[in-house]
Amino acid sequence: MSERPDPRAGRSVLDAVLWPTAVGLASGVLVLLVALPIAGLLLTSSPGALIRALGDPMVGPALGVTASTTTVSLALIVACGTPLAWLLARHRTRAARIVETLVHLPVVLPPAVAGVALLLAFGRRGLMGPPLAALGVGLPFSRAAVVLAQAFVAAPFYVQAAIAAFRRLDPDLVLVARTLGASRPRVFFTVAVPISWPALGAGAALSWARALGEFGATLLFAGNLTGRTQTLPLAIYTALESDLRAAQSLSIVMVAVAFAVLVAVRAGTRP
Amino acid sequence: MSTAGLEVEIQGRFRALSMDLALHATDAPIVVAGPNGAGKTTLLMAILGAETPARGHVTLDGVPLFDRARDVDVPVERRRIGYLPQRYTLFPHLAVLDNVAYGVPAVHRPERRRRAAETLAALGLASLAARRPAELSGGEAQRVALARALASEPRALLLDEPLAALDASVRREVRRFIAARVRALAIPAVVVTHDRADAEAFGGEVVVIERGAVVQRGPLAALAAAPATEFVRRFVDRSPEG
Repeated sequence: MSERPDPRAGRSVLDAVLWPTAVGLASGVLVLLVALPIAGLLLTSSPGALIRALGDPMVGPALGVTASTTTVSLALIVACGTPLAWLLARHRTRAARIVETLVHLPVVLPPAVAGVALLLAFGRRGLMGPPLAALGVGLPFSRAAVVLAQAFVAAPFYVQAAIAAFRRLDPDLVLVARTLGASRPRVFFTVAVPISWPALGAGAALSWARALGEFGATLLFAGNLTGRTQTLPLAIYTALESDLRAAQSLSIVMVAVAFAVLVAVRAGTRP
Repeated sequence: MSTAGLEVEIQGRFRALSMDLALHATDAPIVVAGPNGAGKTTLLMAILGAETPARGHVTLDGVPLFDRARDVDVPVERRRIGYLPQRYTLFPHLAVLDNVAYGVPAVHRPERRRRAAETLAALGLASLAARRPAELSGGEAQRVALARALASEPRALLLDEPLAALDASVRREVRRFIAARVRALAIPAVVVTHDRADAEAFGGEVVVIERGAVVQRGPLAALAAAPATEFVRRFVDRSPEG
């Protein structure tokens, strides 16, 4: 027997000890990196103190601004993004590919860059400044600027999901619907959208979560005015300077919301 | 030359395929056979209005639906041509009754559903009305798809290998079901198939196309007596299914 190679000889120390240890360590580092801050948020204050901190005068207005702006920006994204995604999913031209890339760009763009770009487009001295001024519209540092900043950074998440959903739709279903007398809009509203609904809902949830967390572009383009442009993330940033407990409470609220979105998206996209 | 039935003349290049062929279907189904890539589906798409030929015309009961020379191109939804593809295409989010009601030419939903129920009953499918498409067998799904096409009151009907996705065990029964209904309609119908048994069931003229052109046409018996090409010989030789 000693002449035959031992089947375990080749996988001795490396296979049996080093590799499992390395994989375990690497995995552990990343899991801790995510878990420790969440634990820090949840465990470093008593529940009573956290609930009292939610009474901070900054919290109410920030919740109101966030609820109203993210609702409007999501409505804008869905109302304009769904037809855009339908168009891009059904046309494979060079122009369509260019537009698709352009619409996805904000995903990889630093939020600060998005803020500067929005200022240079819609600011008083920006591209659209003079025509907007002529109409008596001042966008920067307004509630509308918050909505624009959120829509800019969050739209790609919805559009991407909607394009993927519409591309999965059997083209014969669309054709059959038309042979049954359905106009293009009727096919869109009664076949394409209802069939793609779970994926569209998941995309909308991700997009909304991204809008909810928007910080950099909002700070640069809309400012940090309590009750007007101060959203939850900006309120957290401000609270850090005065009352850590309030920042912590707001953060826990946002973690809970994010977790709920994640669970909903998982449920919605399950095949 | 305004004649009854479906008149089709198509010329032009579709991707890699150059097509030049003519068809005239009256009240008996025409069976179109041909090898893969011969242009069978492209022909149906051109009749439906989903493909635009470079030249030619499509006329239904004397009404031009497409005529390049006269700049006529009626959109798909106004051609009133029923279409039954090979794959199951029931709307997955609608119950069977609402699938069939989808194309009923009536303004109000209750009226559409009433007439859909009538169509289902006439085809012996009333028991399926409340089911979801996912709960149907392949044979049931294709019968409901036929009911849906018929409920839209088409003036012509195109069937693209309507039995190809079915198990052999149910194919014979569904073929008899569909062929009997299509013949009874007495409207122009074009049935694309690979299967000699379909040609027998639907009857009428058989048109064989290869590489975008008609290579032989006539009754199945005439094709069997003198097959013009290797494909025709193999098509007519295939022994009828059990």
